[in-house]
Amino acid sequence: MTTTLSIDELQTARGRRARASAARWVFLSAAAVTVLVSLLIIWTIASEAWSFASEVARDQLFAIGWYPRRGLFDLSTLLVNSAQISAVAMIVAIPSGLGAAIYLAEYAQPRVRRVMKPTLELLASVPSVVLGVFAISFITPSLLSNFFDDINFFNKLAAGIAVGLLVIPLIASISEDALRAVPNSLREASSGLGARKVTTTIRVVLPAALSGLMAAAIVGFSRAIGETMVVTIASGGGDTSLFNTSLFESGGTITSAMASLGLGTDQVAGNDLAFQSLYFLGALLFLITLGLNLIGNAIVNRLREKY
Amino acid sequence: MVNVNEPIAGRRAESFVSVPISDDVAAMNTEHATDQQSPHDAVFAVEDLEVYYGEFRALKDVSLDINMHEVTAFIGPSGCGKSTFLRCFNRMNDLIEGARVEGRIDYHGVDLYDERVDPVEVRRRVGMVFQKPNPFPKSIYDNIAYGPKLAGAKKGDLDDIVERSLQRAALWDEVKDRLKSSAYGLSGGQQQRLCIARAIAVQPDVVLMDEPCSALDPIATGRIEELIGELTSDYTIVIVTHNMQQAARVSDRTAFFSVQLNDEGMRTGELIEVGETRAIFTNPADSRTEAYITGKVG
Amino acid sequence: MAVVTTPGQVARTTAADLEKRAGADVAGAVFKWTLIGATTFATAFLGVLLLVMVVDGWSVLSGSLGHFLTHGFSQSADNTGVWQGILGSLQIALVTLVLAVPIGVATAIYLVEYSGGSRFARLVELNVRNLAGVPSIVYGLLGLAVFVQTLENFTQGRTVVAGGMTLAAMVLPIVVITSVEALKAVPQELREAAYGVGATKWEVVSKQVVPAGASTILTGTVLALARALGEAAPLILVGAATGFISFGDANWLETFTGPFTALPVLIFNFARQPGEEWAANAAAASVVILVVVLMVNGFAIYLRNRFEKKW
Repeated sequence: MTTTLSIDELQTARGRRARASAARWVFLSAAAVTVLVSLLIIWTIASEAWSFASEVARDQLFAIGWYPRRGLFDLSTLLVNSAQISAVAMIVAIPSGLGAAIYLAEYAQPRVRRVMKPTLELLASVPSVVLGVFAISFITPSLLSNFFDDINFFNKLAAGIAVGLLVIPLIASISEDALRAVPNSLREASSGLGARKVTTTIRVVLPAALSGLMAAAIVGFSRAIGETMVVTIASGGGDTSLFNTSLFESGGTITSAMASLGLGTDQVAGNDLAFQSLYFLGALLFLITLGLNLIGNAIVNRLREKY
Repeated sequence: MVNVNEPIAGRRAESFVSVPISDDVAAMNTEHATDQQSPHDAVFAVEDLEVYYGEFRALKDVSLDINMHEVTAFIGPSGCGKSTFLRCFNRMNDLIEGARVEGRIDYHGVDLYDERVDPVEVRRRVGMVFQKPNPFPKSIYDNIAYGPKLAGAKKGDLDDIVERSLQRAALWDEVKDRLKSSAYGLSGGQQQRLCIARAIAVQPDVVLMDEPCSALDPIATGRIEELIGELTSDYTIVIVTHNMQQAARVSDRTAFFSVQLNDEGMRTGELIEVGETRAIFTNPADSRTEAYITGKVG
Repeated sequence: MAVVTTPGQVARTTAADLEKRAGADVAGAVFKWTLIGATTFATAFLGVLLLVMVVDGWSVLSGSLGHFLTHGFSQSADNTGVWQGILGSLQIALVTLVLAVPIGVATAIYLVEYSGGSRFARLVELNVRNLAGVPSIVYGLLGLAVFVQTLENFTQGRTVVAGGMTLAAMVLPIVVITSVEALKAVPQELREAAYGVGATKWEVVSKQVVPAGASTILTGTVLALARALGEAAPLILVGAATGFISFGDANWLETFTGPFTALPVLIFNFARQPGEEWAANAAAASVVILVVVLMVNGFAIYLRNRFEKKW
């Protein structure tokens, strides 16, 4: 060979190389920040929650109700209220959200889809405080009062309905993705055998999309449990709540109790444990929603294997 | 149907006039051969090369030379590893997770895979044109100027570099009035010539071409084949093609690869035969080569 | 279905089946219309919401909208305004975007371009997905403990800075997820072409990949912004004033480090007050925030449609 090179000639300019190495570190650090956020959340709530848990007496946790400033921290009050409101929310959101998703994925003309999809996205951005106002200015006075005479102005039913409305777009969009992920060949096979559209949809498409639909429901439920402003405004009972299971009564949830404690942090008079209970509830809420999300992922993975 | 037993003729377009390259632009490539170099010296010397993707051996025991100012063609059935092999020459396989190379590729005396070698500079010197034309979503001008700018070309030189590259790629006349328009407005054949111009703008000494005409119509293909002939005076070309007749038309040397099914049912590519194109096509030494060339095997 | 053996029998059977079916697709029709009903309910609800809010807030919207938008909180219901909330929301949005977008996009770049499937990268991805499902009020706890208290010297306590940092943490997962999608959508051929002419990874990413994905990243950013504008729970925990605040003589920059409020927090406060007039204020403020949020989201949707195909 008459031309030879040395290794030194097969190098890039030092400036370019330095920039390239530096860039890698910058991006890595940014990713590390996201992990840091998680760690901070866990550290923040864990330490205070632990203090609360170690200082609180057992009969304080199983009291007649949630009266933090009097040292009564009955968890079942809040848990039952959260569960009830979320259940009502699911009853509102699943039929409507799933129905809309099926319509958009299976039936709607492209023209209709092009209008409906952005509308659903707009709905998803409605601030929760507005839905809270909607609950007390419309749902309770103009709707529920006409059907139920005894209903309290602040009640769990209205809160549940409003939370359901809030969650509809979320369920609709995840469900729609799940439905559209079902391969067309399945639909064609079914029609090819002579099935009508409704049969194909109900007996072929929905079962095939089941994992995604369940994920939608679980994500929706998780969102409902974590919702704060709607329930604080519409259901009341954030400051103090007597244990009750009636949907017509007011009731504080985990989240509205947290909001009330947060509002009162300027004047943490009375029981010091009260302030720490804020973090304890936060830990509880974090674990519940984390658990739900992990279960949701597990279901999706397990069902996906079957297909 | 082309009779591949005919001698190869008229590859180099006699009418093409080489555009002189100015000194400061040429200075970016220290060993650019403008003087009397023996055209048969090896640019690449490959020794016992093997390519693995994880545990899977995609290519085994390849040894050959790529000679300067020649067109070397890699032919063979699909899945035989010719594209994988091509990508070893500019270390593009580095970008694939789990890809690794054993054996040695010598580039002008340097072990290409030595850990001190910077693949970024390798890719400037060993350019590549891809199967499907892939211009950047930018203007024609910016497509060409992108590489040189990174390599340190001065602002003032860019206009010249762009024009010369487009001239060399036989595209200048068609686009000179719309350099700032989008590259996506060009036809497939024009886009591929743009990609060739983009590759030569950084003054490489080798241009690798991975089935450059497979997405193009016959007329565009013909123009590119003509261009390849014109480019060998300044560059060394290695072309992968699934079109035997194309290999016969444009190349000086041909390497035939085939695929071997091993005990576990995995397909590993291997080099069967390499030699002067004329010899390979008229009088192949290996029966497998003959079978492929005469169409007995796909 | 009968087993058919001759063409004639096939024809007769098929015709009979078709006739049977033509009359019997009631189930199909019912199903379809149920679906349409559900869809209409889901989408028309937005209109109903707006309508109710406008009607309820009419006294404020028609009479004193200008005053409402330009004055601060007042103890008297017919004199109150949301100006401080609007200002606070804008300031918070600014801090949120300044923090969340660079960190979020950079994280996405790391995950898509640099990670190489490492365990750390998988941890980051899993972590981001979990963070996306954490309720907003938990971010409020983070804000209170870390940004308001621990970092008090930097944020000055209960301020827009602390609020913005809190919401930045909250929308960070959204920005990461949408940016990852945007970058993954950039075709691999583009990267190969850039590497092919001798570019470093940083050059490929900064000069080719990110510009190619920029429009989608922008859309994701706008959506994150809309989300941040509507949140109240985390801000309440971080100390957003729910009532009267005075800026004193503070200039615009100094208000970043003083007491603050935000529009959704004001709405919350109006809703808690008794009486028709406060209810009207709550409704009117709801209309304001709805208009803002809908415009921002509409802008995002417009952006997405406009940039379907570039160049």
